[in-house]
Amino acid sequence: MNEIETNRPEANRHDNKISISMESKSQNEFLARTIVAAFIAPIDPDINDLTDIKTAISEAVTNAVIHGYKNGEGQIELTMTLKNGELHVIVTDYGVGISNISKAREPMFTTLAEIDHAGMGFTVMEKFMDTVTVTSDLGKGTTVEMYKKLTKDL
Amino acid sequence: MHYKHSGKALYIQLEGEIDHHTTKGLKEKIARAFEPTDCRQMIFDLSRVTFMDSSGIGMIIGRYKNAQERGGTVAITGMNPGIERIFQISGLAKIINSYASVEDAEKALGESVQ
Ligand SMILES: Nc1ncnc2c1ncn2[C@@H]1O[C@H](COP(=O)(O)OP(=O)(O)OP(=O)(O)O)[C@@H](O)[C@H]1O
Ligand SMILES: [Mg+2]
Repeated sequence: MNEIETNRPEANRHDNKISISMESKSQNEFLARTIVAAFIAPIDPDINDLTDIKTAISEAVTNAVIHGYKNGEGQIELTMTLKNGELHVIVTDYGVGISNISKAREPMFTTLAEIDHAGMGFTVMEKFMDTVTVTSDLGKGTTVEMYKKLTKDL
Repeated sequence: MHYKHSGKALYIQLEGEIDHHTTKGLKEKIARAFEPTDCRQMIFDLSRVTFMDSSGIGMIIGRYKNAQERGGTVAITGMNPGIERIFQISGLAKIINSYASVEDAEKALGESVQ
């Protein structure tokens, strides 16, 4: 393993990919953030980038838990790829899906009635990541795909 | 979470990571601390908070509404730069005032905390 690592070109020596499947549980929001932080640690990311990425992943996983599966049972897939210093994250759930994606992405739009949902999750993901793509099938689930270029210590 | 009340203000010190998982318990604790009192203001000290996402923003907005129902407001103090970023980006900064320290918040709120 180590030999192969050192033979790689400099810019790609941190290239990596992991996929995990986790139960839809609120404590896994913390776990997902911690895993992404550990995953990009070899690149020694800028502290602001690190906070942005942890926040964006937290938003996507939280949405899968509370909206996708309505706090019930389900499986959430998290795939992270690091390639040439760019992070690519995919968060997938097989829950209820989103009927109107562009509406859902609007700031302050929320389908939860409680007073304490800002409806800012997608807005936060968009501000903190370079690109955010949402695909969804009603009754089948939702996939959120995000990219962010990391600059430090290539 | 630690809290105390004095005059018309409930002082709430949060710590650690504020997300959907942790806000569930915090909302209940804050309600239990706020409801029996005649406090109108909630002053949050976030100096020991290490992470916050939109669930934390929503939690604060909800408490702001509770304070408003009593004619009061919410003040935020002690944000680190990471928390400050989500405070700005989420638009929370447009509705809730923030201060460097609890003392600064008290000064700004003046008589309404007494
Ligand atoms: N994985 C998902 N499955 C189904 N619906 C979703 C999913 N993610 C988001 N949504 C829908 O999109 C809306 C907007 O999501 P967003 O994260 O922006 O706000 P929110 O989750 O309602 O509130 P906040 O994130 O501020 O706590 C949600 O209210 C929900 O209706
Ligand atoms: Mg959300």
